Amino acid sequence: MSALTRQRLSLALIWLALLTMPYWMNAVGGYTELGTRVLVLGLAAMALNFLLGFTGVLSFGHAAYFGLGAYGAGMAIKYLAPSTPLAIVIGVVLGTLAGAIIGALIVKLRGVYFAMVTIAFAQVFFFIAIRWNAVTGGDDGLTGWHRHALDLGFGKIDILNNDKAFYYLVLVLFAIAVGLMALLLRSPFGRTLLAIRENERRARFLGLPIEQHIWLSFVISCLFASLAGTLFALLSNFIDPHALHWSQSGNFVIMAVLGGMRSFWGPLVGAAIFVVLQDYVSSHTANWMSIIGLFFVLVVMFFPRGVLGMLRRKAKS
Amino acid sequence: MTQLLLFNVFNGLIVGAFYALMALGLSLILNLSGVINFAHGGFLAIGAYLAYSLIPYVGFWGALLIAPILTAMIGLLVERFLIRRLYQRDPLYSLLLTFGLAYILEDGTRMIWGAQSLPYVIPDWLTSPLSSEYFFLTGYRLFMVVLVAVAVGALFYILSRTRLGMRIRAGTADLETVSVLGVNVRLLRNLNFGLGIYLAGLAGVLAAGMLGLDPTIGSTLIMPSFVAIIVGGLGSLPGTLLGGLLIGVVSGITTVYFPSASEAVMYVMMGVVLLVRPRGLLGEEGRLQ
Amino acid sequence: MSDKNPLETKVSRRSVIKAAAAAGALQMGAPFIGNARAAEPVKIGLDNPLTGTYAAVGKNEMIGCQLAIEQINAKGGILGRPAKLLVEDSTSGDAGTAVQKARKLIERDKVSFLLGNVNSALAMAMAQVAYEKGVIHVVPGGHTDSITGTDCHWNVFRICNTTQMEAYAVGPELLKKGGKKWYFITPDYAFGHTLQAGLERAAAKIGAVKVGGDLTPLGTTDFSSYLIKAQAAKPDVIIFLTQGNDMINALKQAVQFGLEKRFHLAGAQQELEALEGLPPEARIGTWVFEWYWKQPGVPHVAEFVAAIKKKTGRVPTARTWFGFASTWTCALAANKAKSLDARKMAKALQGMKLPPEVGLMPEQPFFRAGQNQLIPTLYVGNAQAKGPGGPDDLFNVTEVVKGTDVAGTLEESGCKMVWPT
Repeated sequence: MSALTRQRLSLALIWLALLTMPYWMNAVGGYTELGTRVLVLGLAAMALNFLLGFTGVLSFGHAAYFGLGAYGAGMAIKYLAPSTPLAIVIGVVLGTLAGAIIGALIVKLRGVYFAMVTIAFAQVFFFIAIRWNAVTGGDDGLTGWHRHALDLGFGKIDILNNDKAFYYLVLVLFAIAVGLMALLLRSPFGRTLLAIRENERRARFLGLPIEQHIWLSFVISCLFASLAGTLFALLSNFIDPHALHWSQSGNFVIMAVLGGMRSFWGPLVGAAIFVVLQDYVSSHTANWMSIIGLFFVLVVMFFPRGVLGMLRRKAKS
Repeated sequence: MTQLLLFNVFNGLIVGAFYALMALGLSLILNLSGVINFAHGGFLAIGAYLAYSLIPYVGFWGALLIAPILTAMIGLLVERFLIRRLYQRDPLYSLLLTFGLAYILEDGTRMIWGAQSLPYVIPDWLTSPLSSEYFFLTGYRLFMVVLVAVAVGALFYILSRTRLGMRIRAGTADLETVSVLGVNVRLLRNLNFGLGIYLAGLAGVLAAGMLGLDPTIGSTLIMPSFVAIIVGGLGSLPGTLLGGLLIGVVSGITTVYFPSASEAVMYVMMGVVLLVRPRGLLGEEGRLQ
Repeated sequence: MSDKNPLETKVSRRSVIKAAAAAGALQMGAPFIGNARAAEPVKIGLDNPLTGTYAAVGKNEMIGCQLAIEQINAKGGILGRPAKLLVEDSTSGDAGTAVQKARKLIERDKVSFLLGNVNSALAMAMAQVAYEKGVIHVVPGGHTDSITGTDCHWNVFRICNTTQMEAYAVGPELLKKGGKKWYFITPDYAFGHTLQAGLERAAAKIGAVKVGGDLTPLGTTDFSSYLIKAQAAKPDVIIFLTQGNDMINALKQAVQFGLEKRFHLAGAQQELEALEGLPPEARIGTWVFEWYWKQPGVPHVAEFVAAIKKKTGRVPTARTWFGFASTWTCALAANKAKSLDARKMAKALQGMKLPPEVGLMPEQPFFRAGQNQLIPTLYVGNAQAKGPGGPDDLFNVTEVVKGTDVAGTLEESGCKMVWPT
């Protein structure tokens, strides 16, 4: 089997699994909402990985854009109009805008410093969400709204009460987002990002506008992260400041690393493992934090390439 | 109003001194080893709980002496068996490792000491205010500031006068050369990590006298320490000290006028500093890349 | 604390066997009632914090639930079937997790009842899920008024008090012990806002005045700037409405500043968990407890205390009772409605009184019809460093307040209940 057919086969398998997820999820002890959650957090992790894995820049504050997307969506429905598509658009615009501004501020920083500054900026939004009671609902979260049925003109899709319908809406958006990211990475722009990741200095000598590229990559990453955020809010019909907390950012990073940050699908695999593990462990022991923490340590010590990275290596040898 | 403001500036300095203590430990580790220690808050909690458990046997003063040392020893072990293996790799990994450690430490303290807040008793004569006019200057707070001053003084003395300290500073500037000159870099990083964790443990013992002692005690204190480092400037310990004091004062002043923003203001200040002076107030040139 | 695996409900094997035997006996006696499903347990899902800030109180509620399950099973179970508790950690502040766990319990585990949450925000988020799915939801200890007020639902019941009840109960005592000039230190979220509003209404009624106040961010560690402002306003009473860690930090610091010598430090809602976390000199002030373990002369309380002590070595707190009463509420509802149909059970609960062995109060608490709020007794008194009842006796009840006197009217609650057709 050539590498190409293998790649196509695994791609077909991934999509097949995603398309049929609601039908086998219950049989393996899951539930539809868990599947939707995997998809949403997987999208967030893949968005982060656009920056981390393919540009080589570590943001530890992506929860901010994820959360802004979520709050944007919730507030759009609550204060503007009861429309799910509008909520998604507003959430994405809000998250991307914030990303564009913050990105411009920090694009010159590198490495650990970049990571620290992204965390710290993310905290600004966390505090706005938790303190601005009148608008965000503060610590109690934004309540009193829910997603609305999709009106397609010729008919309505009830994504509110039908879990499966909502799952497929998320899947469609996920597919579009992932397709766009894949296209971008294959474009000359994407190649340049890889060049920056591999050797920034050399890329700079070639006359490439490094800062511009990193900024754009950051903004694109924030765009998809905030899309994931809007879906997250719509999934729970609720949003609270915790979605913006730095520990959420850490979870996105571990998902990307766990699945394999050098591979395109890695973060989705990582998200699936992480979400299912957390769901399972926290139902069985109150000490799930230790187990998740230990899991972090083990991944870092023994599986730094992630699951897909390991598989690929095995396939090569 | 002026008096209120003055009080809050004073008080902000006290709180800032505390942030600085924690931030200095973080900064030491970050500067020499490039590790952002997310578990710093967890070590702080360990220090506090160890002191709580030791007080019945060795008294408040004994605990103050022993608990940070025990915490530092745990830190040495963690460095030796976990963090050391990651120096060659992308800083991402050490970050994730300490992130996981933070989870384990919080859950571990809950397993050992329980989720319930514990009453932490400090000597009577420290608990009363010095005067009724300056009632917020309690013996304990004054003692805390003095202790922070002593600790910071000792730290700077160690760094500038002792062999170990000079090596740490030299390593921070150029680790490769130091290593070529025959210094045992592994041991240096190990001891440096222990020193940083010692400061976390000390901060914990002090915090327990002022705050409620529960497993999440460290988690609210870690972010201000990050901000202190960024504001002060990466790579500069005096900068970190200054950053800590500054955010304490600024957040104290904000509380007078706009309490809801008392935390957000630290981050706004950080944004402003980054805009005007990307390397931080006292940061060295070229450290950012 | 040495419990190794708190999630595994300690439904002792014996109690399950007893329940099964009871079910069996029922079957033999009345063959028409029994059916093949008799052995299949009725599931109650507890979605409550076990980690984070609210871990201690969440755990206490869970222990109460576990004891109730044992008792329910020993007394024949729910509709003759054994009761089973499923526990999920909701975390202390992550509504996403709490909602996910609620859906998991309802959709996958098919629970008949949902319990939780300590955090009002999470409780409301869960209520939305339970309402959507039409499952009975009992909130043991989330205090925000709107749960049984403006956001009330036909299927959502609450055990603990509303903030309004606490404010009205403690108001007169604050005036008597402290004075008429009140200064508020209020946590900046819905619970704090409604509690302060309640106290301000109570103040207007009894002739006290607010001389100032500050909203403190949730999770504030250093209260000194607020205390500096508070003393500058020269009030008679400084009222602390903060909870949990914030309460401990605020009181600890106030006492270190010697403010207790110059002002009366007090508040409304206080919990045994918080008093236990304070150093002895800071266990002061006038407060209201929602349940207390020392109630001489009230039947069944001593047995309850002994049973909990046997399980944990500590006395029960109000939280333990919340968990206990909410679990029993499920069994009582089902057994009265003779059905697990949510609508029938909700109807059965309207106006239902908790029996003395569950209520554990001088007046039998009842669920007010049309609001689904339990109207219990409130305990006003003062905190004490050490009481005659041992190291756990940290509260001295001076006045027992009837819930009906302070609950206000149904109209005032703002609840307009809509029943499904």
